[in-house]
Amino acid sequence: MNDTAITAQPGTPFIDVVREFDAPRERVFRAWTDPQIVPQWLGPCGLTMKEFEYDARPGGSYHYVHADERGEYAFRGVFHNVVPDELIIQTFEYEGAPNQVSLQAARFDDLGGGRTRLHMHSVYTTVESRDAMVASGMEHGVRDSMQRLDELLAR
Amino acid sequence: MTIDEAEERLDRAFAALGDPVRRAMIARLSRGEATVNELAEPFAITKQAVSRHIHVLEAAGLITRSRDAQRRPCHLNAAALEELTSWIDKYRLEAERRFRRLDEVLESMKEQEK
Repeated sequence: MNDTAITAQPGTPFIDVVREFDAPRERVFRAWTDPQIVPQWLGPCGLTMKEFEYDARPGGSYHYVHADERGEYAFRGVFHNVVPDELIIQTFEYEGAPNQVSLQAARFDDLGGGRTRLHMHSVYTTVESRDAMVASGMEHGVRDSMQRLDELLAR
Repeated sequence: MTIDEAEERLDRAFAALGDPVRRAMIARLSRGEATVNELAEPFAITKQAVSRHIHVLEAAGLITRSRDAQRRPCHLNAAALEELTSWIDKYRLEAERRFRRLDEVLESMKEQEK
């Protein structure tokens, strides 16, 4: 099992995601950039991809819309730099929260033996917008309960 | 289930987990079913108190008890706990689901490359 490690230190505007894949780097990179393949895995479960434009080249842009019975969720951004098999630097914006743009850098490390490690580093403009992203869908006032459950699960 | 009902259920679950004895019971049940006596063992509290804790956990939907067996062992309702943790850790869960789909996509790409 390849676990996803997510780090979001309190008081910082960063989110770091590290995940390994049982596939060579070239394939992971292709799955990450090929507009025929990306919609097969990107986005939350149970949502349909309504629109999808994805031009993963330096200066290219992307725009996609997920939909469920409650509504539509649109995302967009531009690719600042794309180094084949190694690196993608892009902006990310949820159109429901306009101008809360984050910068995301995805690095692909060849681990040998047909395995690849992905490291995504996201930088938000404020700690608050980072927290809002992490807590999306969460209500206020549950931090205490969360800490209690954290303790429970840590046993 | 409406959003309000879901909220109420979460409130009950969190309230039930706001007690160290009940958390320890959940932790014990995560390793397998247990009878009331087995659950009571680590605590210096009365059997009545243990029964009350079990009732709270049951009412919160976190555990179930077998109806038929004489021992009436308690079971963890793993789905309810998962719902709780997934609600809390929605971001992590979404990322993990996405990456598992990517795992499958990578596997199918491998087939096509052959």
